[in-house]
Amino acid sequence: MTQTRTATPEDPAKVAAFEARIAAVESIEPNDWMPEKYRRQLVRMMSQHAHSEIVGMLPEGNWITRAPSLRRKISLIAKVQDEAGHGLYIYCGAETLGVDRAELIGQLLDGTAKYSSIFNYPTLSWADIGVIGWFVDGAAIVNQTILAKASYGPYARAMIRVCKEENFHKRQGYEIVATLANGTPAQKAMVQDAVDRWWWPSLMMFGPSDTDSPNTAELIRWKVKRKTNDELRQRFVNLTVPQAMAVNLTLPDPDMTFNAETENWEFGAIDWDEFNQVIRGNGPCNRERLEARRKAHDEGAWVREAANAYAAKQRASQASEAA
Amino acid sequence: MTGGPATPAPSIVPAPRQAPDALVEYLLRLGDDRLVLGHRLSEWCGHGPILEEDIALSNVALDLLGQATMFLRLAGQVEGRGRDEDALAYFREVVDFRNCQLVELPNGDFGFTIARQFLFDVHAVVVLDALSRSGNAELAAIAAKSLKEAKYHVRHSGEWVLKLGDGTAESHQRIQRAFDALWRFTPELFAADVVDAAMLAAGVGPDLAALQAVWDGLVRDVVERATLSLPHAAPPIAGRSGRQGSHTEALGHLLAEMQIVARSHPGAKW
Repeated sequence: MTQTRTATPEDPAKVAAFEARIAAVESIEPNDWMPEKYRRQLVRMMSQHAHSEIVGMLPEGNWITRAPSLRRKISLIAKVQDEAGHGLYIYCGAETLGVDRAELIGQLLDGTAKYSSIFNYPTLSWADIGVIGWFVDGAAIVNQTILAKASYGPYARAMIRVCKEENFHKRQGYEIVATLANGTPAQKAMVQDAVDRWWWPSLMMFGPSDTDSPNTAELIRWKVKRKTNDELRQRFVNLTVPQAMAVNLTLPDPDMTFNAETENWEFGAIDWDEFNQVIRGNGPCNRERLEARRKAHDEGAWVREAANAYAAKQRASQASEAA
Repeated sequence: MTGGPATPAPSIVPAPRQAPDALVEYLLRLGDDRLVLGHRLSEWCGHGPILEEDIALSNVALDLLGQATMFLRLAGQVEGRGRDEDALAYFREVVDFRNCQLVELPNGDFGFTIARQFLFDVHAVVVLDALSRSGNAELAAIAAKSLKEAKYHVRHSGEWVLKLGDGTAESHQRIQRAFDALWRFTPELFAADVVDAAMLAAGVGPDLAALQAVWDGLVRDVVERATLSLPHAAPPIAGRSGRQGSHTEALGHLLAEMQIVARSHPGAKW
């Protein structure tokens, strides 16, 4: 059900009280009054986040059937399953804001909702599974550690739980990378190639540069976001460069230099044109990802209908027994 | 006659093959059933009809692959030729696999997957229950652990048989069709051969004929409550069974996919 809200001007006293609570770093809970725009921003962020978990199952799921050992196969299934769990958990969090999951999924399937651009890149070798864990989960942790301090309680709590699992995924991914980097020449070449392909798209995961991010200022003021995209991106780079050095892998950026004064690893220019193209639907796998989600949804329709029909029959028979 | 040592003339009588160790064969059957079915279920991950089922089917796949790991590891140890669970999973050919054909069939629709799963899960519960009292302590321990999981699995698949059977006309028709197609693969689950006889005699394995009656009763109970019907006794599929290395053509494709990375890098560690 869509709750339509009329654009009546909001009571200035309520807005002021809300802003004061935010300033006092209080947690905003589902039944508290909140400005309509705050609610909309949160629905947008949380649904994008949940969609990213669900679409993110596809590139990694692509290697479940080819994982090269039973141990790796089991941990990859468990990881992709965790992502389904995160998606479910965050959809439930979004439902506390008065939207429902079916509606949000409808927006994903009709292409009006966004999800993380990274999942529109293809997974081409087993090494991609390691590098995604290392880079993509690593970037997600940087983002979500900060989101765990977000002002909206259900989102913040979801992030604390999600982050614990993402940390495990990242360690697992880095362990795959280290194993390959210390493996045969072919394995080493495989993992370097994966690093080369995933590095720049991973940096793009933090979103547009601060100078070009339409939503950031307000989200920061409301403590939905606590750091800017560029701050988080820099933090990720600073964490990742030493990790790459530790396993003798090169990041594909000839401009990468350490600034001793700021203690930042300064990186080269991001290809924002590529980022914008992927966001607009022109990435390598945008069509395939949405098509896979639509196919699962359409082919599952009769199953969901059956479950509903069965539940209705059970309710009816319980009611007639009670009568 | 001149020349070096005579090479033996090729014989049309095959050299007597060393009789395979019955316990190794038996453990491979248990391990391969779970490896192949776990792999099939994992194909659903990310493509389920509802998010909760992506999670549930993945859970079952994880349990089955965990069980497969334990059974195959033990098979390798008993065999004593230095093959671990990965060597057995990734470096054997189709004809070396000992799983029943039921588990290797392609997933089909969700109804087919559920019907296949239910038939296997009931089999797993009755067999593992018996094996948890096996005279082989290591096998008994794995069976006892696996039995706990199998009881959850059969609850999950059984509930879905009820929902689909007694849901809508379409779901009823789809799952009925699945049971009709799958029924001919079920005699194999209980067809005892020399390996089963040896295991029974050694106090390791159960009497399959006795278990079949239990299985049949449990399956019929759920199927009838789901307003479905089972076909009349199906004649077993002619020829050798999956237990002896004869399979549907689907297994070769499954293994080609499963083994490609491992086989492309022999000797590599992952």
